Amino acid sequence: MVRSSISGSGTALLYFPGAVPLSQVHPSALLLCSEDRGELRHPRSALQPCKPRTTTAVTTYRSELSGSRVLSCISSKCVSASLQKELTSKKRDEFEDILEERRLSSDLRYAMKCYTPVIYKGLSPCKPNAIKSVVLQSEQVQYVIKQLAKEMGESPDIIQEEATEILDEMGHSMQLGTVRFFAFTLSKIFKQLFQRVCVNEEGMQRLQRAIQEHPVVLLPSHRSYVDFLMLSYLLYTYDLALPVIAAGIDFLGMKIVGELLRRAGAFFMRRSFGGNRLYWAVFAEYVKTMLRNGYAPIEFFLEGTRSRTAKTLTPKFGLLSIVMEPFFKREVFDTYLVPISISYERILEESLYAYELLGVPKPKESTSGLLKARRILSDNFGTIHIYVGQPVSLRTLASGRINLCPYNLVPRHLPQKPTEDIQEFVSDVAYKMELLQIENMVLSPWVLVAAVLLQNLPAMDFELLIEKTVWLKGLTQTFGGFIEWPDNLCAKKAVTSGLSLHSNIARLVDGHVVLNDKGVEDGAVGEIVFKRALVILMCSTYRNQLLNVFVRPSLVALALQMTRSFRKEEVYSSFSFLRDIFSDEFIFFPGISLKDFEEGCFLLTKCDAIQATQQEIYPTDKGSVVVSFLSAMFRPFVEGYQLIFRYLSKETKEAFTEKQFIPGVRNFVFQLLEKGTTQCYEALSSDMQKNALAALVQLGAVKKKKMANGFSYSVNQEAIHKILDVFDARTPIQKPMAARL
Amino acid sequence: MRRQEILKWNGWGYNDSKFIFNKKGQAEFTGKRYRLGGMVLPTFKEWIEKTFGASLEHKTTSRASLNVNDVPPPIVNEEFLQDLRATKISYSQDAEDRVFRAHGHCLHEIFVLREGMFKRIPDIVVWPVSHEDVVKIVELACKHNLCIIPFGGGTSVSSALECPEEEKRTIVSLDTSQMNRILWIDEKNLTACVEAGIIGQDLEKQLSESGFCTGHEPDSMEFSSLGGWVATRASGMKKNIYGNIEDLVIHIKMVTPRGIVEKNCQVPRMSTGPDIHHFIMGSEGTLGVVTEVTIKIRPLPEYQKYGSVVFPNFERGVACLREVAKQRCAPASIRLVDNAQFQFGHALKPQVASIFTSFLDGLKKFYITKFKGFDPNILCVATLLFEGDREKVLQHEKQVYDIATKFGGLAAGEDNGQRGYMLTFVIAYLRDLGLDYYVIGESFETSVPWDRVLDLCRNVKERIVRECKEKGVQFAPFSTCRVTQTYDAGACVYFYFAFNYRGISDPIHVYEEIERAAREEILANGGSLSHHHGVGKLRKRWMKESISDVGLGMLRSVKEYVDPNNIFGNKNLL
Repeated sequence: MVRSSISGSGTALLYFPGAVPLSQVHPSALLLCSEDRGELRHPRSALQPCKPRTTTAVTTYRSELSGSRVLSCISSKCVSASLQKELTSKKRDEFEDILEERRLSSDLRYAMKCYTPVIYKGLSPCKPNAIKSVVLQSEQVQYVIKQLAKEMGESPDIIQEEATEILDEMGHSMQLGTVRFFAFTLSKIFKQLFQRVCVNEEGMQRLQRAIQEHPVVLLPSHRSYVDFLMLSYLLYTYDLALPVIAAGIDFLGMKIVGELLRRAGAFFMRRSFGGNRLYWAVFAEYVKTMLRNGYAPIEFFLEGTRSRTAKTLTPKFGLLSIVMEPFFKREVFDTYLVPISISYERILEESLYAYELLGVPKPKESTSGLLKARRILSDNFGTIHIYVGQPVSLRTLASGRINLCPYNLVPRHLPQKPTEDIQEFVSDVAYKMELLQIENMVLSPWVLVAAVLLQNLPAMDFELLIEKTVWLKGLTQTFGGFIEWPDNLCAKKAVTSGLSLHSNIARLVDGHVVLNDKGVEDGAVGEIVFKRALVILMCSTYRNQLLNVFVRPSLVALALQMTRSFRKEEVYSSFSFLRDIFSDEFIFFPGISLKDFEEGCFLLTKCDAIQATQQEIYPTDKGSVVVSFLSAMFRPFVEGYQLIFRYLSKETKEAFTEKQFIPGVRNFVFQLLEKGTTQCYEALSSDMQKNALAALVQLGAVKKKKMANGFSYSVNQEAIHKILDVFDARTPIQKPMAARL
Repeated sequence: MRRQEILKWNGWGYNDSKFIFNKKGQAEFTGKRYRLGGMVLPTFKEWIEKTFGASLEHKTTSRASLNVNDVPPPIVNEEFLQDLRATKISYSQDAEDRVFRAHGHCLHEIFVLREGMFKRIPDIVVWPVSHEDVVKIVELACKHNLCIIPFGGGTSVSSALECPEEEKRTIVSLDTSQMNRILWIDEKNLTACVEAGIIGQDLEKQLSESGFCTGHEPDSMEFSSLGGWVATRASGMKKNIYGNIEDLVIHIKMVTPRGIVEKNCQVPRMSTGPDIHHFIMGSEGTLGVVTEVTIKIRPLPEYQKYGSVVFPNFERGVACLREVAKQRCAPASIRLVDNAQFQFGHALKPQVASIFTSFLDGLKKFYITKFKGFDPNILCVATLLFEGDREKVLQHEKQVYDIATKFGGLAAGEDNGQRGYMLTFVIAYLRDLGLDYYVIGESFETSVPWDRVLDLCRNVKERIVRECKEKGVQFAPFSTCRVTQTYDAGACVYFYFAFNYRGISDPIHVYEEIERAAREEILANGGSLSHHHGVGKLRKRWMKESISDVGLGMLRSVKEYVDPNNIFGNKNLL
């Protein structure tokens, strides 16, 4: 396991320009090189904490600038750290509340307004049904139909019939009437649910230009079903072309609602269709046809599903590689990828998620369920922030990186497995886009409160909470976090309003803030644990929004504690180990462990938490507060993973499925919590359990085998014990990797 | 040597033929050599101003004549000169003679002529009059270790004629222009043996006296030579009937440092291993000098007819050409120009002679744009040339027009077609006019499979526009294309690209970067490195990518065997 991480760091070094040993380079030196201007910049100026709510002039060239910056990151991998730094220095756009106008004027008039969106300059106008027949008649689909007919000895007509059915199940049928219906009802609902819906208008303007120029792919973060409704609502409000949205087929199970969504632009994909060649061909061609024609912006979620933890999920590559293909084949000149960050002050599904994570199954999407859920209308869900990021040109990303020769040697309509190069590129782009989502994600003050609170359970002095929250705000900003905290908002007010919005999670009792796990006192032990776990998981949903901003410095801090040595190379070994272990838990750009380490060190140096010399890293006196706060923030993960690993180390079964693993580990943790031997409630989260298992598979400590119905896993006990030993600091991480530093 | 006197020293073509703005400020084409000669082009000035943002007030002028003092002094070894004199082959060390043969017609070369000087030029020019003379020269070059650069018509657009700067040996420019005789015509087999220095139009003129033609008509045929066609794998406008150079050639004699290479018979085809002609065609002067070529000839066609078709848009036009190719009924020539080039052609319309023609033109325009609903800013035009027996031509014509109708095409008259082909020859003169007004431009070409034609055209044009913007070009560039040849499996696409460079300090560098980006784009779109211009030194960097490592090695090993001391050291291709 350690070896695999060694080779990982090796690659990182290969990409490192000039291959100067880290020990000779001050971390900040790496940031000196400003990619797009070719001039040296002082690191300070590149790292001025951002000021939210500053207006910036947007020029047409901005998108290209940012594109080239991203490009340099992707194409050479090594500059990603400096890239992130640079972006934090950018001034952020101002937000506009789109509900404000809704509260002042008629919703009906708004729904009936003259809607003439700007469209793609190369658009060949087309009705939804015409698209379907274009897809059906396309060489791509016809080829697969003929192949299948030959293989199965069936008549092509029968398979064509099947393809038609697939298309009818899949295809959207966007209608202006339905859109107007949604515009009206959503206005009513959103005004009920949310205080404000804030959007960066400049992002919308950039998007408007992008839509005219090239086909556009919208890549929003996914925290709630509200995401895609809100995004379409937003585009309608700004008179932009409404997107077609890749939605899970589950929605079709909902009477009326499924059809309504279809008419509002949703198209439906089955959850898994890897093996079904016809389905794959039809689906891919459907998406690509809409993209090539510039029919409408295409929207889908890189994360694949709603993140139940509010932590960004590792990306899925299937749809992304489909939308990138027309560019690879040069059927379009370029494609814009637009990262969109949607953050909720209070997530609509927060308690559902917590139940789900604890193993209470997700209620099936149904219309009656939706109607039952209407009682939430009386609740307050605070503010939504939508940050429409800079459109990223795929052409710029790919420039100099992709060898298109394979695409030139095969007719373009034949299904072709992407080369390894292409697969790696798709993966890099996916991570890049998620990192951009993270970077632009607005954090509410409550997120800080939750992070502080979780370190001070079961109760915390109110004044101390305020003090710590303010302190954390500073730290977050130093690390490049994007906090929406108006200058004139006093800390006490911010915390109080957070508490009142989230009264289901925490409340103020006698000058102390306590978790709101009512009924805990009287009940069976099991029930107490369950209820407490629910609240803690809900609370951690908010803290989680900070984690990807904090993860690099925090892993350095954890590594410092684990290593018990100040030698830089040893700290780096531990860092690398943790980064590998948590590779599915947090978002890391693939293969740049060293850069991430340097970034972490740099941020810690910047807030005076550590001092770094050529060979050593050690916490300053002042810095121990920061270091211990950061490691405590990630403690639940370290402990949770250890618990999960321990469970697996006791696993005796030859092979098990995920369905067996999750309840098994849950029971194991549950018992420990009941006994009081651990306080790590978060280890109950099925999300963490799955991530830990996936990491072990990647590290080779668990073997994953494809079976007829799903996967089966088997444990390599020796490897698991080795990992546990490293956690317990019983064995040092092997040296060779350090030698490369 | 005579030729040099009637040709421009710092631009394209004949001295007496050029675009000028007359005293009234109207554009005019001078001379009597072309149909356009002496005519006034009333709308051309406006087109230039609109397209390039150029203004007649901002003018740059070339040096009036070559400054002999700037020319690098010749390096010639006396022993060689003595040996050369002994052969009685005429030669010259005159500065003008040497500079004239130091370049082709790439933009940067013309720019250097107008404003600077080449770092390295030939040291001596020799004029062999026969195959035997060439043998002697090559022997001398081997004996004295000199570098020979063969020179035919000098129309290269791939930097193939430029002397490598680092070449320390004496560079001999071997001008083939005096080897210009037709040695014999074999009417039974319809072949002619011709010395390689003959210029295209002379070859056709002389053959026509006997009632024959080769039918090979590259756009440069007024100036380019038979040997040059062979050395670059040239393609002619009428290849649909007559074939490209590789289809026309029956026998080649080439003098190399190793000796003479040729086949022992003059047969239509043979199976004797890889065809050695294919080592020679496209070798770009790196292996030896082609001295004599036996080429296929045809009886002169009885009847020629031009034609043109208007299509509602470029997509339909390409689809029509594809169908024509599929049915294998392409006329001698069929070309499709995009809208920008259609408008450009329109701007070159001479003043109409009578009110009646002007009225007719107006009527035609009304019919096409108003009655048929074609958008003048989208429509595009195909020009056609039919050749053969009168009856067959008319039949053929009907077949092609029927196909065109299926793709929404409207016949647009013979005159427009003929003008289109005339412009092909005249268009090359335009660059010199542009250069006077801060506009630089060039053409480049590629070949591409049918299914990628549209994507390639769109993407390359768009790439040019973007690169210009990025490189600080202030006015949107003129970026246009035409499909000039159709094949079973694809087409040849020709791009023109020009921009106004005011405000840019190093226009040639910017131009070259953009052209390079455009070439990258072509390759990424599945186009070839070149259809007929060749590689030269301009496109060498993509050779490996184009033909693979092993492929390059194969070519290298031929070079190493044939010319181990790199006597033919123009550094093209490899």
